[in-house]
Amino acid sequence: MNVEPPVRVEDKLYYNRYLVDIGHPHVKVRAHTTPSPQLLALLKVCPARCYELNDDGQVEITVDGCIECGTCRVIAEPTGDIEWSHPRGGYGVLFKFG
Amino acid sequence: MIEERFDAIVVGAGMAGNAAALTMAKRGMKVLQLERGEYPGSKNVQGAILYADMMEKLVPEFREEAPLERHLIEQRFWMMDDRSHVGMHYRSEDFNEERPNRYTIIRAQFDKWFSSKVREAGATVLCETTVTELVRDERERIVGVRTDRRDGEIHADVVVLAEGVNGLLGTRAGLRARPRPDNVALAVKEMHFLPRETIEARFNLKGDEGVVIEAAGTISRGMTGMGFIYANKECISLGIGCLVADFQRTGQTPYGLLDQFKRHPSVAPLIAGSEVKEYSAHLIPEGGYKSIPQLYGEGWVVVGDAAQLNNAIHREGSNLAMTSGRIAAEAIDLVKSRGEPMSATNLAIYKKMLDDSFVIKDLKKYKDLPPLMHTHSQNFFLTYPQLISKAMQNFVRVDGTPKAEKEKATLKSFAKARSWTGLFGDAYRFARAWR
Ligand SMILES: Cc1cc2nc3c(=O)[nH]c(=O)nc-3n(C[C@H](O)[C@H](O)[C@H](O)COP(=O)(O)OP(=O)(O)OC[C@H]3O[C@@H](n4cnc5c(N)ncnc54)[C@H](O)[C@@H]3O)c2cc1C
Ligand code: SF4
Repeated sequence: MNVEPPVRVEDKLYYNRYLVDIGHPHVKVRAHTTPSPQLLALLKVCPARCYELNDDGQVEITVDGCIECGTCRVIAEPTGDIEWSHPRGGYGVLFKFG
Repeated sequence: MIEERFDAIVVGAGMAGNAAALTMAKRGMKVLQLERGEYPGSKNVQGAILYADMMEKLVPEFREEAPLERHLIEQRFWMMDDRSHVGMHYRSEDFNEERPNRYTIIRAQFDKWFSSKVREAGATVLCETTVTELVRDERERIVGVRTDRRDGEIHADVVVLAEGVNGLLGTRAGLRARPRPDNVALAVKEMHFLPRETIEARFNLKGDEGVVIEAAGTISRGMTGMGFIYANKECISLGIGCLVADFQRTGQTPYGLLDQFKRHPSVAPLIAGSEVKEYSAHLIPEGGYKSIPQLYGEGWVVVGDAAQLNNAIHREGSNLAMTSGRIAAEAIDLVKSRGEPMSATNLAIYKKMLDDSFVIKDLKKYKDLPPLMHTHSQNFFLTYPQLISKAMQNFVRVDGTPKAEKEKATLKSFAKARSWTGLFGDAYRFARAWR
């Protein structure tokens, strides 16, 4: 296998414009002790890398960079692992090109 | 609370919602359109190819007014392995016509313009407004919506759900199921800016001529997926998408795939030196005919991506969205002109009209292809591209091997990788699903 340079998602998100709705995250992770396979999948599949493992091995989300694709909802809402809504009107990502 | 009552509320100002709102407003209906983005288009992502025929039916003069990028004179299909691509290119001077058939567009800009036409036609368009819930009456009919802007409810005779692929409202109200991981693809995309002349030189274009490249093969690492490279005036849209279920199964990252695609030796020179100005992601409905949900009910219809109306094989979505939006609006107008209520029985005419259009006919034609591609993704997206690339190299490389031996080697490599029954089985299954 060839070794690939790591992709810096933070740099990609830096191109985008956001209006962050401070204190009103539109996606929430249900409290858990051990993450389900669905939650663990989000660590990799979220294109904005919003999901991360904390030091205790639980999955956490920071929605600031979310590009509102809905992938995490498709995977982890059926199991009740996350709650997913649209941001309030006008908030969230603002695509200039799309 | 808005005391006013509307003939129709349209949720969403994408392709489907704009087509529906425009058509109803033009026919004199009192229309309210609600969009959660700062402006229409600010949440929307597309490749993007615009199909003129369907647009013309809505705004005949769009060629003079709309923000269009390039008219397409060339289509390239690339089958890729890690170091090569086998291409089929179709380019024709016939596409340099007075009323070109396909254009590249930039959705955020295009949707803004499209929405200005909706307003001109007399609809009320409210942006920065997320619809949070559908309102039902005591008989369970949909009679309006609740938003996060104003207290209370807004009422209308009918609600047109043009809310896109995620379709949260419809799911929450139990009108249809949530999209499944094997029915939607996740696509990631970047906008690469370059001087106009550079794009024209690299893609062999002059003036506003354009070209698009659709790519498949080892770039999706055995997952069901495709890459795309579209030439705009001063930027290149580049992206890749794969089935969500495949991402989930393999643990591949979307940005990892994207960066690998950008580094491919066939792709890298096209975008060399570019400035990236945006990174976006969006779902694409991929389930085809078999995943189309209930399209109408008591006081509501659903149009566009929210109804999974997307032809993934031909990469058509916006035109199905526009057409379903227009047809739903025409159906609603028909019911209204008869003075009848917006009941499920009366709105059934929408489905009938849609069944008679290219939208459902095309999706029906390919009804077996999505499942075939999904269950045989390893073969179609990994094994065959590698075999074909090897065969091509064997064909063109001149190294003193007699041609008959070369042919034998190629045939043997195919049989070895897939066995003769496997090969014939795949060909048969593919031909049947295509028919
Ligand atoms: C990467 C990519 C490439 C594509 N390439 C092509 C292509 O080249 N050609 C093509 O024809 N199609 C293409 N498609 C498909 C095409 O983009 C879609 O089929 C089309 O945009 C669907 O239109 P729509 O109006 O149904 O949904 P959308 O365009 O997604 O519009 C939905 C709208 O509803 C709004 N909304 C949603 N929920 C709410 C709510 N609760 N309250 C208020 N507003 C809400 C959203 O903000 C959005 O504006 C592509 C898609 C992707 C992702
Ligand atoms: S919606 Fe998309 S970008 Fe946002 S957290 Fe979920 S997977 Fe990540």
